Amino acid sequence: MTINSLDAIRNNGLLVFQRIERAFDLPFGSLLNPWRQLGALGFLCFCLVAATGCYLFVAIDTSASEAYRSIDQLSRQQWYFGGVLRSLHRYAADAFIALTLLHLIREFLLGRYGGFRRFSWLTGIPLLWFAYASGIGGFWLNWDRLGQLSAVATSEWLDTLPIFATPLTRNFLSFAAVSDRLFSLLVFVHIGVPLLLIFGLWFHVQRINHAAVFPPRALTLGTCAALLVLALAVPVLSQGEADLASLPGALRFDWFYLFPHALMYASSPGALWLLVAGVTLILFVLPFFPLSAPPSPVARVDADNCNGCRRCFDDCPYAAIAMLPHPAGKPGQQVAAVLTERCASCGICAGSCPSSTPFRNMRTLVSGIDMPQLPVDALRHALLEKLAALACKRKIVVFGCDHGAKLETLAAGDVAYISLLCVGMLPPAFIEYALREGAAGVLVTGCRENGCAFRLGSRWTEQRLLARREPQLRSAVPCEQLCFAWADPGEEAELQSALAAFRRRIAAEPAGRHIHQ
Amino acid sequence: MSATSTKPLAWIGQGLLYALFALFIGYFSAAPEYRHMAPEMALIKLSFTHHGKRVADCLQRTPEQLAKLPPNMRAPMQCQRERSPVTIEVDVDGHPAYRHVAEPAGLSKDGASAVYQRLPLLAGEHRLAVRLKDDARSGGFDYTRDAVLNLKPGQVLVIDFNAEKGGITLL
Repeated sequence: MTINSLDAIRNNGLLVFQRIERAFDLPFGSLLNPWRQLGALGFLCFCLVAATGCYLFVAIDTSASEAYRSIDQLSRQQWYFGGVLRSLHRYAADAFIALTLLHLIREFLLGRYGGFRRFSWLTGIPLLWFAYASGIGGFWLNWDRLGQLSAVATSEWLDTLPIFATPLTRNFLSFAAVSDRLFSLLVFVHIGVPLLLIFGLWFHVQRINHAAVFPPRALTLGTCAALLVLALAVPVLSQGEADLASLPGALRFDWFYLFPHALMYASSPGALWLLVAGVTLILFVLPFFPLSAPPSPVARVDADNCNGCRRCFDDCPYAAIAMLPHPAGKPGQQVAAVLTERCASCGICAGSCPSSTPFRNMRTLVSGIDMPQLPVDALRHALLEKLAALACKRKIVVFGCDHGAKLETLAAGDVAYISLLCVGMLPPAFIEYALREGAAGVLVTGCRENGCAFRLGSRWTEQRLLARREPQLRSAVPCEQLCFAWADPGEEAELQSALAAFRRRIAAEPAGRHIHQ
Repeated sequence: MSATSTKPLAWIGQGLLYALFALFIGYFSAAPEYRHMAPEMALIKLSFTHHGKRVADCLQRTPEQLAKLPPNMRAPMQCQRERSPVTIEVDVDGHPAYRHVAEPAGLSKDGASAVYQRLPLLAGEHRLAVRLKDDARSGGFDYTRDAVLNLKPGQVLVIDFNAEKGGITLL
C-alpha cells in the first residue's frame, strides 16, 4: 500500500467521521461531544467494569461445579442489585471495547500515529490485546453455554501454536476435565490482565500532558445513566449450564468480544491467527510510514531570553519540554529544553513565554522559546504590515490557526488575518499590541474545544485571554474589542457569521472606549 | 459555536443519542444469534496425548560401565530418549475420515505426541473404526477400536486414548 493510497483512505474516512462529529456538536456542544472524548469515555467504562467486577468477585464461587450456579442465582435472586451489577459489568465492558476501537479509528483517520505521537500509538496496541484477553476470559467464568463455546474456541485457536505440551483443549473435553484449579486460574487471569491494562494505560498517556483521563461530569453521568438503564431494561442472563457432552445451540452472542470465534469457525484457526497477527503488525508498522506532510521544525530555546519560569513546561500538551539547570544562571535557575522527538511543532510554548511580548523594545524580537518557521518577530512584522495595508477606519485583526476553519474565507477590506501554527502560540500581549497599533477589534479563532489539533491550544488561549492562565491578557484591554469564534475546518460559514456579528458590535461601540483612541 | 449546549432541544437530542448508544451496545451484546454448527450435526472430538514407545530398547549397563559413571548417574538401564511417532486413523462408515502421524514433542523427540481434531458429522447411526500405532518397530496398529454409534443431534463424542484403561476410549 502506497502512502498516497493510505492518505486517500484516511481522508475519505475522516470526512465521514467529521460529519458525524459535527452532527453530535449540535445537541452536545463541542465540550461534551462524546466523539471528541472517546479515550476518556473508554476509560470511564473500564472503571465501571472494575468497580462492578469487585462485587461479582465476591459473589462468584470459583469452582467448576458451582461457578454457573453462583452467577445465575445472583441474576435471578438478587436481580435488583447483583443482577444489575452483572449486567452493568457486561455492558460497560462492551462499551469499553467499542469506544476503544472508535478511539483507535479516530486517531488513525486524524493521522495521529506518527512522529511525536508514535509512543502513544505503539503503547496503545498491546492494550487491545489485554482488553480482549480479559474480556473473553470473563465469559468463561459464567460457565454457561456461551462460556463453553468461548473457552473451547479460544483453546482450539491457541492450540494452533505449537507452544503447549498438552493441548489446552483437553481441559474442556469433558466435565471431569474441567478442574477447580483451572477455574481459579481463569479468575486470576481475568483479574490480572486488567491490572496489566491499567499499567499499560499509564504508559499510554505518559507523553500526554494534562491528559483528560475522565470525560466531563455531564458526559460521565449521561453515559453511566444510559448503561444503567440498559442493565435494568435488558438484564444479562446465563444461557444454560455448560455441558461439554453436547454442542451449544443458538446463542445470544456478544459480537463485541466474541466475533473472533465466529470468524474462526467460518474459516480456520490458522486464518484467524493470520488476520490477528496481520492487523497487529500493520498497527505496529503504521507509525513508521512517513506521513505525507514533512516534519516541521521543532521549538527552539534561546537561553539568554529564558528565565526558567516553567510556563512552557506546564503548557506543552506533549510533555516535550524539560527544565534543566541554566548554563549561565544563578544556582537553582533553570532553562527550558526541547525534547526534539516529542515536540509537535505547535508553538503553544511560544504563546506561553512571557518574553514573547511584542512590546519589547528590540529591533529583532527574540523570545525565550520560539518556532523557527514562524518566530514571534515575524508575527509582529506581519501584524504591523497587514494593519498598515488596511485603509478603513475600523480594522479587525483575526488570529487563527492552520488547523481550524480556513481564514482565507474572511478576506475583506477591513480584515487583517494571521494564521498561526496553532492558536495556542498566540502570546496574549499581541491582542493589546494589535489594538494599540490601530485595530478596532481582535477576533481569535481556532479548533473547537476538544477538537484542537494539538489538544490544548484553544483551551490555553481562551484561558490566557480571559486572565485565567499565565501569561494573561492585561485587564486594561476592553473585552468588547475581543471576540472568540471557535470553528473547525468546514465551519467557515459559521466563522464568517461570527465575524459579521463582531463587526456590527464594534461599529455600535462608542469610539472613545476603544483602546487605540 | 458554543462549547456546550443547554437548550431544551439539545437536551432532547442528547437523550435520543444516549438511547441510541444504549441500543447499539444492548443489541450487539446479544444479537444476532450465533450457532457454530447446524442443529442436525454431531461432533466427534479426537484428542489424546500419549508417549509413543521408545525407538530402541533399553540396554542393561555392565558393572564396568556403571563404575565409570559418577555415583549419582549410575542408572542400571541405558535408554535412548527418542520416542516413536504416534499414528492415528479414524474411519467413519468405512471411509477414512482422518489420518495423522503425531511427532513426539521436544527437541530430543522425547515428549508426548498430542492430537486434537474435530470431526463434524450428521447425527444418526455411524460405524466408527479407530486405529492407533505407537511403536515404530511394530508392523501394524497396536490398538484398534470398532464401534457402532448412534449420535444424537448436537452430541459431542470424545475419542481419547489411555493405555492404562485399555487403549482407545469413547466418551
